[in-house]
Amino acid sequence: MSTIKSLDDLKKIREEALKKQQIKESSGKTEVIVGMGTVGIAAGARETLKAILETIEKENLSDIIVRQTGNIGLDSYEPIVQVAVSGKDKVSYGKVNPEMAQRIIKEHVVEGEIISEYQIKG
Amino acid sequence: MKAIRSMILVSSDPESMDHGALEVFSTLQKQILAHGLEEEISLSMISDVSKKSQNPLVLVYPDAVIYGSVTPEDIPHIVEEHLYKGRVVEEKQISPYDLSGRIAWLTARKGTLPAENRIVLKNVGLIDPEIIDDYIINEGYEALGKVLKEMTPKETYTVIKESGLQGRGGAGFPTGLKWQFVAGEKRDKKYVICNADESEPGTFKDRLVLEGDPHAIIEAMTIAAYAVGADEGFVYIRGEYGLAITRMQKAIEQAQEYGLLGDNIFGTGFAFNIHIHAGAGAYICGEETALIESIEGNRGEPRARPPYPTTAGLWQKPTVVNNVETLANIPAIIRNGPEWYKSIGTPSSPGTKVYTILGNVNVTGLIEVPMGITLREVISIYAKGMKDGGTFKVAQTGGSSGSIIPASLQDTPMDFDSYNKAGVSLGSGALLIGNQDVCVVDLAKVLLNFFRFESCGKCNPCRIGNKRAFDVLSRIAEGVGNLQDLVDLQMLSNQLFELSNCGLGQTAGSPLKDILAHFQAEVEAHIKLKVCPAGVCPMSGNWEHQID
Ligand SMILES: Cc1cc2nc3c(=O)[nH]c(=O)nc-3n(C[C@H](O)[C@H](O)[C@H](O)COP(=O)(O)O)c2cc1C
Repeated sequence: MSTIKSLDDLKKIREEALKKQQIKESSGKTEVIVGMGTVGIAAGARETLKAILETIEKENLSDIIVRQTGNIGLDSYEPIVQVAVSGKDKVSYGKVNPEMAQRIIKEHVVEGEIISEYQIKG
Repeated sequence: MKAIRSMILVSSDPESMDHGALEVFSTLQKQILAHGLEEEISLSMISDVSKKSQNPLVLVYPDAVIYGSVTPEDIPHIVEEHLYKGRVVEEKQISPYDLSGRIAWLTARKGTLPAENRIVLKNVGLIDPEIIDDYIINEGYEALGKVLKEMTPKETYTVIKESGLQGRGGAGFPTGLKWQFVAGEKRDKKYVICNADESEPGTFKDRLVLEGDPHAIIEAMTIAAYAVGADEGFVYIRGEYGLAITRMQKAIEQAQEYGLLGDNIFGTGFAFNIHIHAGAGAYICGEETALIESIEGNRGEPRARPPYPTTAGLWQKPTVVNNVETLANIPAIIRNGPEWYKSIGTPSSPGTKVYTILGNVNVTGLIEVPMGITLREVISIYAKGMKDGGTFKVAQTGGSSGSIIPASLQDTPMDFDSYNKAGVSLGSGALLIGNQDVCVVDLAKVLLNFFRFESCGKCNPCRIGNKRAFDVLSRIAEGVGNLQDLVDLQMLSNQLFELSNCGLGQTAGSPLKDILAHFQAEVEAHIKLKVCPAGVCPMSGNWEHQID
């Protein structure tokens, strides 16, 4: 990897990373983001993540990006799973256990039906 | 999430209660439900509002409109016109000038319902903390590049000084000034330490940043190093934070690969390296001089000061010690400038504060809000009210080293200055919210129990004072206290504060002082009537079993 020697180098890396991100977004792939901070993990985020990956494998789904993030601060709602279907607003689900995760993949990610009873509301 | 757009307060002083405040409250509740506004409007009781005879009052906030004296019959019209259609009902409006100072503050904040405003937590919960490109996409390392390429060290600490940033580790010391002190030392070696010990019980804000955005800390420490002329840094992370340590280590390696850390940063020849040091879980090791001793391999006991770490810190070299949250502000201040930073928060305490909310409320967790919002706002807007319809009685700020705050201070702006003036402290950002079932004697006992175990034992006032205070509180909680105990508690509080060597003992006296100042009647009930009004204390008449 080349090292960064100037602000331009930094800009180049950012632009490349942005481009990669945009390609990801415009590819029509759906992002599933699991909050993997300590609170999330303690509340069962690992099991939730496992259920998501297993469902994707079992259902033979493609074009789904699963990634992790930190803890957004809504501890009462952990584990938190966000679904970002390209071109649409992110949807946040709270207290997602493995069964719920399965439903979220099958209903929201595959069929595009938001499961409103799982959604985090203000 | 849907945001609450308005907050309604109904006065509940004895006079208002006599004039039907409860009916006004319940009618409001019904009308708000009838209009389907319950998701966007929060409703609560407020005490200590008025000195005049226009009770009961209804306050609508953020418009800062005050109605009085309101009867249940007025409510449908007010809800329909003001809350639903947004038109002030002028014939019922009264002037704010007749009200107490607390409400004058609310009117000064006219039009601003504080929104969460994330600077410290900007990326947390959004980016993948294990991928450096994710940080770079979000303006990461831009501030470092700007500093190294375009600014002198002096310009760098001057920007931080002008921003008014104060340390978020508890003491609130101006960060830019601290950097200037270290920059002014002509020595061969200097250090930058990030205090990530986060040893206050109930705080976990620093962990969120370390786990969720570790590169922000690396960038900020490197900026600090450039400003003061240091070439080596330590992140002192408490050992229990396994995930934080792993992510920080990974982030350091990634930054090194990109040349953003190491011997030739940004190709400028500036060198800075960061090591991680895992703490072993002692509360006192969060105190900066004990922390330094601990890195040096010694027992974690505070040093005598002066000299301060800025002149003789790690291995007697000038050292910057900054808290995680303090550092997380740095890149944004460099990118956006001090004026931008000063536009957030209050004039005396610019910026935001991260709070961890715990206790008898509906939603616990973490928020980052501008300095100067009030406890009432935190409880009714962010925590979504008290759990199970409870009444807010007491808040404990700061983990342990904070204050016990009575409900009467819930409209005091939460910033360093206003809290100082009110005789309480913000601490490090934990907000433990308690309802009517919390006993203040029990709360103080729990805190003193913590301090008595965590006292490092180096100085007598802290080692013995905490034990003594705990014993006295235990006696009171067992119903065998006497009035002399109140005098003793006050004395112990003073002596802990005046004679202890470090902040641990100095703040250990606060809970004692606070319960005597704000809850004396409740404490006296334990002694004179032998009852615990909240029904928490054992009152068994036997306290010997408490001694271990
Ligand atoms: C008993 C005790 C515990 C402390 N624990 C912490 C801590 O866990 N984290 C922290 O940042 N500061 C803690 N401090 C405050 C530090 O001594 C120091 O003021 C702080 O790290 C300075 O950073 P700042 O200026 O950025 O706030 C503690 C102080 C005392 C007296």
